[in-house]
Amino acid sequence: MRIRSQKDFASGAMFLCIGAGFAIVARNYPMGTAERMGPGYFPFWLGILLALLGAIIVGKSLNFTDDAATVEEDRLDGWNLKGLFLILGSVVLLGFLIHYVGLVGSILVSVIVSSIADRNFTLRGTLINAVLLAVICVLGFVYGLGLQMPVWPPFFGL
Amino acid sequence: MELLSHLALGFSVVLTAQNLFYAFVGCFVGTLIGVLPGIGSTATLSMLLPVTYALPPTPALIMLAGIYYGSQYGGSTTAILVNLPGESSSVVTAIDGYKMARKGRAGAALFAAGVSSFFAGCVATLAIAAFAMPLASLALKFGPAEYFSMMVVGLIGAVALASGRLINAIAMIVLGLLLGLVGTDINSGVSRFAFGSLNLIDGIDFVTVAMGVYGFAEVIANLEHKEVRTTITSKFRDLWPTGTELRRMTPAMLRGTALGSLLGVLPGAGTALASFVAYGLEKKIGRYKHEFGQGAIEGVASPEAANNAVAQTSFIPLLTLGIPGNAVMALMLAAMVIQNIQPGPLAMTANPSLFWGLIVSMWVGNLMLIILNLPMVGIWVKLLQVPYRFLYPAILVFCCIGLFSIENRVFDIYLGAFFGLLGYAFRKFGCDQLAPLLLGFVLGPMMEEYFRRTLVLSHGDFSVFVTRPISLGFLLLAAALVLAFASPKLMRKRAEVFVEEE
Repeated sequence: MRIRSQKDFASGAMFLCIGAGFAIVARNYPMGTAERMGPGYFPFWLGILLALLGAIIVGKSLNFTDDAATVEEDRLDGWNLKGLFLILGSVVLLGFLIHYVGLVGSILVSVIVSSIADRNFTLRGTLINAVLLAVICVLGFVYGLGLQMPVWPPFFGL
Repeated sequence: MELLSHLALGFSVVLTAQNLFYAFVGCFVGTLIGVLPGIGSTATLSMLLPVTYALPPTPALIMLAGIYYGSQYGGSTTAILVNLPGESSSVVTAIDGYKMARKGRAGAALFAAGVSSFFAGCVATLAIAAFAMPLASLALKFGPAEYFSMMVVGLIGAVALASGRLINAIAMIVLGLLLGLVGTDINSGVSRFAFGSLNLIDGIDFVTVAMGVYGFAEVIANLEHKEVRTTITSKFRDLWPTGTELRRMTPAMLRGTALGSLLGVLPGAGTALASFVAYGLEKKIGRYKHEFGQGAIEGVASPEAANNAVAQTSFIPLLTLGIPGNAVMALMLAAMVIQNIQPGPLAMTANPSLFWGLIVSMWVGNLMLIILNLPMVGIWVKLLQVPYRFLYPAILVFCCIGLFSIENRVFDIYLGAFFGLLGYAFRKFGCDQLAPLLLGFVLGPMMEEYFRRTLVLSHGDFSVFVTRPISLGFLLLAAALVLAFASPKLMRKRAEVFVEEE
């Protein structure tokens, strides 16, 4: 037995796990009856449905004939781990820093981190971009639209 | 003459300084993001959605709608001038539009795209105004069983018309439905799937999911491709088409408009699909089919008319039935709910000024776009020179600010990052049916509610869904859609359409 399509195998396994997870958690809530449905009823059956769909996708991704020459395999693409880490990292950093250093500081840090992900990274261009974005955000969102968020670090006393 | 008085009411709402201003802002921002490749209208709408919390409902919705159809215009401009479609709906416009530009007919191509879009927008606006009332009064007769079955049709339709494998798309819907159920159950007060976290008790905000899977995941995926540098090869001296060109584009524009207006009402039909079908139709029946691919003006006029018509008429199911047909409409629904408006048959009578104001604003917006865009083409094209490496940090920062301002808390930023990871994994696993996921997400709680109500009324008897004739009709339609799209012949056709798209 071989995996014919790695993509389908991975997505099917993902749906299977998520569906089973939802169904298991939903068992903790009252199920009720069809007439008086409890909070667990609908999510439980949806979870089962998702797990079933996942199982079907996994099943279809397998090749039971062991005859590898006749079918072409559908491999998983490589992940851009550096990009993934830096982009999501810059997002999480911005959220983490905003209460400690304010909007301006967290934008500067976040833009620098996310810019490293690009292959044509230059420090000068990134710094200009970061400062420009901080100015635009403060003027546009905080003063222009009146969104409530800390702009400067709290120890500035502003 | 009821129609006229409704439209008059709409005009009186739109023609105020405040609403005109927001319509203009929407069109301007929409064109901007339409021009820039790598930022789609869904990502931008979700980015700006939290910002509209501060606005009153009418200008907020007018602005968001403006962004949506503005992006259709902007996308076609760059497709024609630099062969770089800014939106997926303008991919086919690039085929013949760019060829025309190379031949020195860029002005005529832009004119054809602009005028066709405007014409289609006018017709579609009238169609919305004419069909909204009858559809809404029909919907008022629906009970919970009919609503549930109608949503099933909507979701299945969204699957059938999405690209990729059918079963994956269905799984994405179910996943969306489940994610939509996170939070407090309104009937019992039990908080579900919140894992004791106070932050999840109110459920996951729609914006968080949309920004994660569209905004963040898209940036990461875009970074994997080499950046395409653009050079503007064409000069456009005269904007006006010749008499022959005018004669050739008119019937194509009419056909595109009709096709788009019909497709827009179907659930799941996006603007991209409409422009592909319209292009295919012209290529089959047009008198100049041998010129297709070498700069046929029909190949610009028809898809542009079709995608703009869809952009407008897809508001019909949302406004009359409260059911969004595509991801952008799901966002509009979220925007309405934020403003405490429940879209559906009652919204029209409860909020006539908002409803007709929104419809008329689409027409006014289209007029603004054509006046704005034709003379400003040069400026838009200059914007293309901004490299993506300066653009994407801006997208990320704007997304974070949007996420933060939903509830003024950092938690939503983290949750957005989580959905970014999930969205990236979906892409890598070949599940790029994000629209079904989002539709499932918005419809999840509503479907559960109607499902429960139906079974309370029927004392737990599941057969009501098939014994009530309208509900049965909807379910049969859904089954027919599944069967049709499971048939190998249609699947091949469908695959062909979407292969061209990529």
